[in-house]
Amino acid sequence: MARTEAAAGVNPGARRILLLRGAGLVVLAVVLLLLPMTANAIGDPALITLATRMIIYAIAAASLNLILGYGGLVSFGHAAYFGVGGYVVGILYFHFAADDLFLGFIPGSNQFLITLFAAMVVSGLAALVLGALSLRTTGLQFIMITLAFAQMVFFLFVSLKVYGGDDGLIVRRRNLLFGLNMANDTTFYFVCVTIAALYFAVFWRLVGSRFGLVLGGIRQNERRLAAIGISTYRYKLVAFVIAGIGAGIAGALMANFSKFVSPDMLHWSRSGELMIMVILGGGATLFGPAIGAVILVGLETVLTGWTEHWQFILGPILILIALFTRGGVLTLLENRRAPDA
Amino acid sequence: MPDALLRVDHLTKRFGGLTATNDLSLEVRTGELHAVIGPNGAGKTTLISQLFGELAPNAGTIHFAGEDITALSTAARVRRGLARSFQITQLLFDYSALDNVALAVQAHLGHSYHFWADARSDRALTEPALLGLARVGLEGRAHVAVKEMSHGEQKQLELAIALATRPRLLLLDEPMAGLGTTECAATIDLLRKLKQETTILLVEHDMDAVFALADRISVLVDGQCITTGTGEEVRNNETVRIAYLGEGNV
Repeated sequence: MARTEAAAGVNPGARRILLLRGAGLVVLAVVLLLLPMTANAIGDPALITLATRMIIYAIAAASLNLILGYGGLVSFGHAAYFGVGGYVVGILYFHFAADDLFLGFIPGSNQFLITLFAAMVVSGLAALVLGALSLRTTGLQFIMITLAFAQMVFFLFVSLKVYGGDDGLIVRRRNLLFGLNMANDTTFYFVCVTIAALYFAVFWRLVGSRFGLVLGGIRQNERRLAAIGISTYRYKLVAFVIAGIGAGIAGALMANFSKFVSPDMLHWSRSGELMIMVILGGGATLFGPAIGAVILVGLETVLTGWTEHWQFILGPILILIALFTRGGVLTLLENRRAPDA
Repeated sequence: MPDALLRVDHLTKRFGGLTATNDLSLEVRTGELHAVIGPNGAGKTTLISQLFGELAPNAGTIHFAGEDITALSTAARVRRGLARSFQITQLLFDYSALDNVALAVQAHLGHSYHFWADARSDRALTEPALLGLARVGLEGRAHVAVKEMSHGEQKQLELAIALATRPRLLLLDEPMAGLGTTECAATIDLLRKLKQETTILLVEHDMDAVFALADRISVLVDGQCITTGTGEEVRNNETVRIAYLGEGNV
């Protein structure tokens, strides 16, 4: 009996949780679908752009969660890939508008699918290079070296005067996608919802796959993995690249959303925010970082409306949440400690 | 001359001023259960860690199945057929017992660059893993998180994981340490069956177990192998009696 259930992959006693999660997903889908309508009905359309920002950060935080939460790799430079993704959109638009060639042979573009794909490729490559070097270290050294590399990328864009340097780069119009009116915030919101849905579906498959199991094992005990014949370096590197690609997607969306990219996107404090989102919501869980993103972006919005010293209030709130939830906010909802993988 | 599956020549490992392994040579023959005994601090675990590639020796060579593996990584040695159990358990504590063994099965099957299919419902992984758990008597505990298992169960799980990689040579570091009498007896029974299938190098303090199981015994004192022989030979060896066993102790 136990045997057939295990073979079918159903952990006896976990059915209730599966059911709860299914119901939660349905509720989430309904909320996301009805949000623009509701926002307009109650006369607060700014909620749509707020939700869009939350969704974009949810993708960015989830991408960091792959290495930070699942893999246990404390990367303190994740904003670099977020910013690179944004700059790919910005720079391609710049050359599209100027009608010239990037590096003398790459034409610009304002086609969303092209710029998104390019952002994924370039962010992934950046993660490949920086990851290959950083992953030679572990522990505190790894934290510092990822931070250092991210700062290098930050200063690279600061010094690129062609692309605005410190001031950043304006994307005059959002990229085009299938004749949709991307300038409309509700339309753009649904584009982001669709991409986020696809992203989280892929993420869910990924963390439950053989690769995902190895990654979770790396977090728990690398020595054990070596002892069963797994060389962990390459798996960590692949995870690093996948995480970089995810941040690139989020960055590309953000560039389109705010029609602006600047070195601020790659600032180390941005990396810190992404880490807070993961830890706040619950690492190594599918939706934990998304919840963290909603909380952090939400708090920021509410508190800045009250006072310019909003960080003075945000700090204690974060400490309280961290103290009283331990494994993240998601653990309160499901009353459990064990991560998904 | 029976062929040696594992040959250690003049192995030396120093930690600062301490020589943990001192010009040690020994051979493990194919099919035997070779026990390594010695007082605390004789360098038994240090030896296993060097055989397994977790510690690099200062000098000497290790040959496995005729190949020089001295410079190979742990993972590379495992792919060639070595496996080890740990005295202090090295497990994936957030995962279930089944996950732990299934991951070892997965590693044995080849690379893990599968990004889509659900691994926990993959019968190619779960079925051999469940058989492996049944072998060590943990079939009823498959879905229990490792951190919630008893010390004894974790030791059994160590064995199941090591076996899941289908080793040609199994390095066991005190598999009985900390076990109760019943668990001990069960482990001895299991090892008796295992020695029919694979070559085993056993480090163990439980002398009853060692003399019951071992085909040959090597005695380590101060990082050196002072003698190798059958249980009878070792028991009657004068040097061993003085250096380690103590008069009338065995």
